[in-house]
Amino acid sequence: MTSSVARVSADGIARVGEDLPHPERRETEPPMPKTSARQRMISIQGLKKSFGDTVIYDNFDIELPQEELISIFGPNGCGKSTLINMISGLMPMDAGEVLYDGQTIKETKISYVFQNYREALFPWLRAIDNIHYPLKVMGLPRRTREERVEQLLADFEIKIDLNAYPYTLSGGQQQTVSILRALVTEPEVLFLDEPFSALDYEMTLFMREQIQKIYLKTGTTTLLVSHDLEEAVQLADKVLLLTRRPTRVAEIVDVGLPWPRTTQVTTDSRFVDIKRHCLEVFWREVKAS
Amino acid sequence: MHAGTVDAGPGRKNQGSSMSARILKALKKPKARRCAELTLGPVFLVAVWWIAFAGELVNKDLLPSPFATIADTAVAIAAGDMIHDFLQTLIRVAYSIAIATVLGVPIGIALGAKDSVYRSLEFVIDFFRSTPATAMFPLFLLLFGLGDIAKIAVAAFAAWLVIVFNVAYGVMNARQTRILAARSMGASSLRIFKDVIFFETLPQTFVGLRTAVSIALVVIIVAEMFIGAVDGMGHRIIDAQISYQLTDMYGSILAAGAMGYGLNLGLLIVEKTIVHWSGR
Repeated sequence: MTSSVARVSADGIARVGEDLPHPERRETEPPMPKTSARQRMISIQGLKKSFGDTVIYDNFDIELPQEELISIFGPNGCGKSTLINMISGLMPMDAGEVLYDGQTIKETKISYVFQNYREALFPWLRAIDNIHYPLKVMGLPRRTREERVEQLLADFEIKIDLNAYPYTLSGGQQQTVSILRALVTEPEVLFLDEPFSALDYEMTLFMREQIQKIYLKTGTTTLLVSHDLEEAVQLADKVLLLTRRPTRVAEIVDVGLPWPRTTQVTTDSRFVDIKRHCLEVFWREVKAS
Repeated sequence: MHAGTVDAGPGRKNQGSSMSARILKALKKPKARRCAELTLGPVFLVAVWWIAFAGELVNKDLLPSPFATIADTAVAIAAGDMIHDFLQTLIRVAYSIAIATVLGVPIGIALGAKDSVYRSLEFVIDFFRSTPATAMFPLFLLLFGLGDIAKIAVAAFAAWLVIVFNVAYGVMNARQTRILAARSMGASSLRIFKDVIFFETLPQTFVGLRTAVSIALVVIIVAEMFIGAVDGMGHRIIDAQISYQLTDMYGSILAAGAMGYGLNLGLLIVEKTIVHWSGR
């Protein structure tokens, strides 16, 4: 979590971290020396996973930079969701090791946003209590929880009636609540599994802006699974392109466009070039078998 | 009278409660329409009854006038003797449901938690669920004697099976995503049970509860008819039949029906309040 530090990315655009003090943030950080010179990495080694006779991953190795937004794109059934389910600890892997800058999954603070917000939120709790819930699991006292939630809502200018039950909210509002619930713990790594695929197009565009806002503000390492190439390019520092199964890395494409990426950016020639390149790699991989 | 064969399978939520559901819905409509809708059915029933009675379509020795029945029932209620029988039956049903719930919910959760455990016991549960509860009367009479305890025990047993079955299914069909979501936040298994699975199970628990109440009522009424009862609606109905008190018999049947309907409606209202998210 480098949110309290303003940092300059490779493309030269300064990412201003948040300016609001978080007294409890420091305590919850892993006891680890701050290394600004060295890029922290997510390292996946020897990952194996099969479902029955179907081998999805066989000795899959990859290193990904932290504090970046990485989108994952690939052919249907290549195991995009399976990958983030495993490296987030939701799904057991058959073999392999995942380290977040040398730390195991258990030692890393992880949050996960599910595709199906309807089935991921707790409908018996009000929206606000849904957001409180992970802090409750962490055992924080009520006062601290309320402070944190208030801070979070102020940071992102949320205009949703959070005293409502989730099922009374619109799809986009429900997914926003899911995302807030994921952010409230101030995770080191945030996983988003096709978070907008159940939303209509208008809402999707709006939510893409929201995600950028969150990322630019917190600088949290974010892994986004997407089935929409435009989204995968627009919302990423790097696009991880996967092959058909048994899945390998086809290419890691550096996007390098300036943030924030408005809808206009998606018609920019550089954007179109990157997207075309990704599409070529994608087709090559789809036709490979 | 085969109480045990009433199907309480999951996914049959609306069976037997569609009427009450409609009434609930009707309660939200404007008052005048609501009153009209609610009274139309009963008025129709009384009209058909009266036509059958007045037109002598049915033997007069078997069918009294609806108005005489209502009048006599009102007198019986005012005198308090029907209220006594009504309450006795209600208390027995309440006891059996209380016992069935207290013993059924935890056991259902425990069985549902381990898929393999439930699968291995499924046959036994299904077998007894399909056995007419009334067929067990003699056994329970041997075990508990002629008193109230035997009646309550049979009803509780039949209701318990339905509750166990439904709760276990509720646990097994809990949304995996919600469980995963809680786990991804680092919740312990106990916490997931308490905070997620319990709530996930509630809609199915209420389905079980409503079916269990219907079954318990059937069993209690039958037990009151045939095994040494001195009061209760079952006893009252069979007594009126034996002594040929036609209006009392019809009135008592209607009162027993009202009890069943009222219990179902009451539970439905409680369910809608507690499980407000159900089906949304």
